[in-house]
Amino acid sequence: MNTAVLPRWVVALAVVGGLFVVLPLVAMALRVDWPRFVPLVTSDSAQAALLLSLRTSLTATALCVLVGVPMALVLARTSFRGQRLVRSLVLLPLVLPPVVGGIALLYTFGRRGLLGSSLDALGVDIAFSTTAVVMSQAFVALPFLVLSLEGALRSVGTRYEAVGATLGAGRWTVLRRITLPLVLPALVSGAVLSFARALGEFGATLTFAGSLQGTTRTLPLEVYLQRETDPDAAVALSLVLVVVAVAVVGVAHRVRPLGSGTPAPPRVQNRAR
Amino acid sequence: MANRRSSRHRPGTPARAPARALALAVVLATTACGTSTPDDAGGDTIDGSITVFAAASLKDSFTELAGAFEQAYPGTEVSLNFAGSSDLVTQITEGAPADVLASADAATMGKAGDAGLLAGEPVDFASNTLQLAVPADNPAGITSLADAAGPGVKTVVCAVQVPCGAAAARVEQAAGVDLMPVSEESSVTDVLGKVTSGEADAGLVYVTDVRAAGDAVRGIEVPEAAAAVTTYPVAALADSADPATAQAFVDFASGPSARAVLGAAGFGAP
Repeated sequence: MNTAVLPRWVVALAVVGGLFVVLPLVAMALRVDWPRFVPLVTSDSAQAALLLSLRTSLTATALCVLVGVPMALVLARTSFRGQRLVRSLVLLPLVLPPVVGGIALLYTFGRRGLLGSSLDALGVDIAFSTTAVVMSQAFVALPFLVLSLEGALRSVGTRYEAVGATLGAGRWTVLRRITLPLVLPALVSGAVLSFARALGEFGATLTFAGSLQGTTRTLPLEVYLQRETDPDAAVALSLVLVVVAVAVVGVAHRVRPLGSGTPAPPRVQNRAR
Repeated sequence: MANRRSSRHRPGTPARAPARALALAVVLATTACGTSTPDDAGGDTIDGSITVFAAASLKDSFTELAGAFEQAYPGTEVSLNFAGSSDLVTQITEGAPADVLASADAATMGKAGDAGLLAGEPVDFASNTLQLAVPADNPAGITSLADAAGPGVKTVVCAVQVPCGAAAARVEQAAGVDLMPVSEESSVTDVLGKVTSGEADAGLVYVTDVRAAGDAVRGIEVPEAAAAVTTYPVAALADSADPATAQAFVDFASGPSARAVLGAAGFGAP
């Protein structure tokens, strides 16, 4: 490791910061009751929670891609009055305490919420359903996708798109053949981060969706509940979540080192042709 | 979420304010005699600062009791920490500085005892009973526990892992009713939240929760709840830096004057 370029105290502080993040995880791993680890994480309730978490997080990620890509495109490629405000609002769930998000969702889609009675008339009942879990997760995960994709769109610029358009490509063709391939790595890493955020969602789910095994009790809610009676089970399940999170971050890094710039243009030119 | 309760003292509940004022007056009157009791000699003086860890359902009552205690024993200072009972025990086990623990059930206090955290025997100081809470307009027209188990009725209970859920299971058993809840929450506050927001048609919560929620919910008596009365124990903790003051608070909270405050909040005698 070559750290000679930096003042020593900067490196020292960085190490302290790194330990601050890593040490609690190590401390938790040390508390795991290893002989009972497998039975603990494969119990009925744990399996139900893990499966539900994976199912809902994947659905939420798909939802985020479906609406997040258009949102990022609109924010990066168009200009309209109040765009800066819209951008800040879109990113709000990122900084909002999730429980506040849950309350907001409740007052929108709940039975007595803003849209609740209309949805009720349509025969849609979101309260205490798996749909409510997916909505909570999508709500908190969406900004991750929009943020990472919009940044990528801005950094690749519009040169290739302009060239494509002058060569007669229509808007859809430009989007499909040039813009999206250019930002594909960012899209994938954004989706992976959204998935990770959805997997960890707790506050909004607790407030908005409730907690019932197999229907709304996701892994974080199961951890929270198990802690009441069986802290060993809670720690074991926490470790499962940590492992999943590490894997997810690893994938996101592999796809595109976070914060790195534009992908190499030649490859992109090939695709655009 | 626990903080929500403090904002519930709305003008809509006129009957409560005088009752509370009266309760406080009784406390002050009865403890006024206590102040003249001369302090024991040596380091046993009751004038220190203590931290009381109390179950979330005690928030209103213990906030009031702490004030009364400070007035009864000038120089004392009581800091309060409210959370779910098992959370409190976990916090104390992991070294949180606390002098007194008041938990919402005997089982949790038993855990604290097993872990060697207590200075003496816990004293039961209050009891609580479950009740059905329904939204003020009672949309599902619920009048009994059997109604709450009806088809299409959205009923919420605590998960059996937490004390209110264990009590709910005993009530269901006593009544021979299977509730089929749409959600099993981790805390009684979450159950109440689902009812006050109108998401749920009914929820099994404590009488004191219904009382504290004011006009937002209506309480429906469940006769079978008598089968699952929860007792609240309080105990001084082994690691207390000020055992005399801690014990004084335990005596105070389990004494007759505290009864008035707790009774006004809906708690029964232990």
